[in-house]
Amino acid sequence: MEEAGNLVSPAVRESKAAWDIIRERFGDAVSEFDANPTMPFFEVLDVDKWIDIALFMRDNSRMKFNYMTCLSGVDYPDEGRLGIVCNLESIGHFTHRIAVKVKCQRDGGSIPSVSCVWHTANWHEREAYDMYGMVFEGHPDLRRILCPEDWTGFPLRKDYQVQETYHGIKVPY
Amino acid sequence: MQELGKAETNSTRIIRQDDKRVIIEKDLDTEYMVLSMGPQHPSTHGVLRLECITDGEVVVEAEPYLGYLHRCFEKHCENVDYPGIVPYTDRMDYLAGINSELAFCITVEKLLDIEIPRRVEFIRVITAELNRIASHLVAIGTYAIDLGAFTPFLFCFRDREHILSLLEWISGARMLYNYIWIGGLAYDVPADFKKRVAEFVTYFRPKAVELFKLLTENEIFVKRTYDIGIMPADVAINYGWSGPMLRGSGVRWDLRRNDPYSIYPELDFNVPVPDGKFSVVGDCLSRHLVRALEMEESLRIIEQSLDKMPDVAGFDSRALIPKKIRPKAGEVYGRAENPRGELGYYIVSDGKSTKPLRCKARSSCFVNLSAMKDLSKGQLIPDLVAIIGSIDIVLGEVDR
Repeated sequence: MEEAGNLVSPAVRESKAAWDIIRERFGDAVSEFDANPTMPFFEVLDVDKWIDIALFMRDNSRMKFNYMTCLSGVDYPDEGRLGIVCNLESIGHFTHRIAVKVKCQRDGGSIPSVSCVWHTANWHEREAYDMYGMVFEGHPDLRRILCPEDWTGFPLRKDYQVQETYHGIKVPY
Repeated sequence: MQELGKAETNSTRIIRQDDKRVIIEKDLDTEYMVLSMGPQHPSTHGVLRLECITDGEVVVEAEPYLGYLHRCFEKHCENVDYPGIVPYTDRMDYLAGINSELAFCITVEKLLDIEIPRRVEFIRVITAELNRIASHLVAIGTYAIDLGAFTPFLFCFRDREHILSLLEWISGARMLYNYIWIGGLAYDVPADFKKRVAEFVTYFRPKAVELFKLLTENEIFVKRTYDIGIMPADVAINYGWSGPMLRGSGVRWDLRRNDPYSIYPELDFNVPVPDGKFSVVGDCLSRHLVRALEMEESLRIIEQSLDKMPDVAGFDSRALIPKKIRPKAGEVYGRAENPRGELGYYIVSDGKSTKPLRCKARSSCFVNLSAMKDLSKGQLIPDLVAIIGSIDIVLGEVDR
């Protein structure tokens, strides 16, 4: 803990240090660092650079974010966008963790797939596509994963309307 | 049966080679066949379907199909209050309900930033570790049955019954507890709690040794699991494996140690990883060994917690639960070590509503299972059964 009035936990300071390295390399492609105590994060503003940033984070000797804990899809109806939140950390090298947000347009938007960087992202991106409908460019096998393949709509979007019937079965109960 | 063209095999090929036997097929080019395993296959532990493309007895590729048990957990979460989500988490990993509740509650508590009474923390840890043992017993018992050993299954379920009746006595339910609440517990433990849990520990310790001997010193079991389905450590990390799966690959990673929560930092326990003397690091046997050894560590945790747990007269386990749970605006990712690995929740709160804006469950089995396609390449079909069993999936958690 630092002096009173500037209470930043050591974990957040570590994340900030990692963000500094990324900021130094990628400049304005990443947003300011959000130092909230529960989940410090930054956003990737230039979506096309997302794979480069991901590879840099994984392979840079001062960061080594080799473990993707979680990738969640999120809907931001007010901004008219969809996004993903990736929780990253480093196993066996450092103790820092950080979350990265990437957003895209709500209609027909796409985000580059990082399943080649972390295999974990493969199924998580399929799940995000299944629930929110953003396309992951370069994904090896982008299909629905939890819903049936002929399901209509993307269930976790805030404006989702459930279909009346599915193969003659009444859906809303 | 579906024809997929000729297999691209040479006229001679070695299916499998170990120190004792070499299977060589000569001039046996077969046609690829699609074999659908599941969703009602006993060895898939629920409703998982594997679509295997096989070349004779060898699996060329196995693609898992999920979603048969999808119950829209995340959609439901957006429509119920925070305390109302707790029963849903029970139904995800139904073999380890307390652990799932614990992960969810500590995540919301992180966002609420509230203090938890020490007694509550100890009760949480004791019940969670009891549930971990119960879950590992099912994992080991069903794994043995997959590989043809029936007796250990009966032993496991006999001992698991003790734990379930203990937890029923504490919480009122055998499997779907709704016992750990955000900020506290549903009830304080009954008066004889310490005595009966201590009795169980004394009873179970020799049984665990017996079970260990029954399987890990059984030649057939070892032959079926040794050197099968090897996952190197770096690939396991890249796949996001966690829990006994990751430790089976030799990575000493346990959230109770590496991202400590509750009162785990005060407790003394080991994180067992295979040393490669008895198994090949990363094979099915290693994963089984980790589970078997973890039960002893859980017993140690329970014993220490029983010693340290403060007795409070007239304790009210609901005293510090907020009247209305409405976290401030923000997002949080919280997690806990479940019997199957890391169970995490990503929760977004808007600060106005008593319902989360977004609640994502990061399921450990879902992530562990995603490596199935790579693990199954070139394995024999009976080995595929051994591999699925060693992943120890609970489809309730995979599909949510």
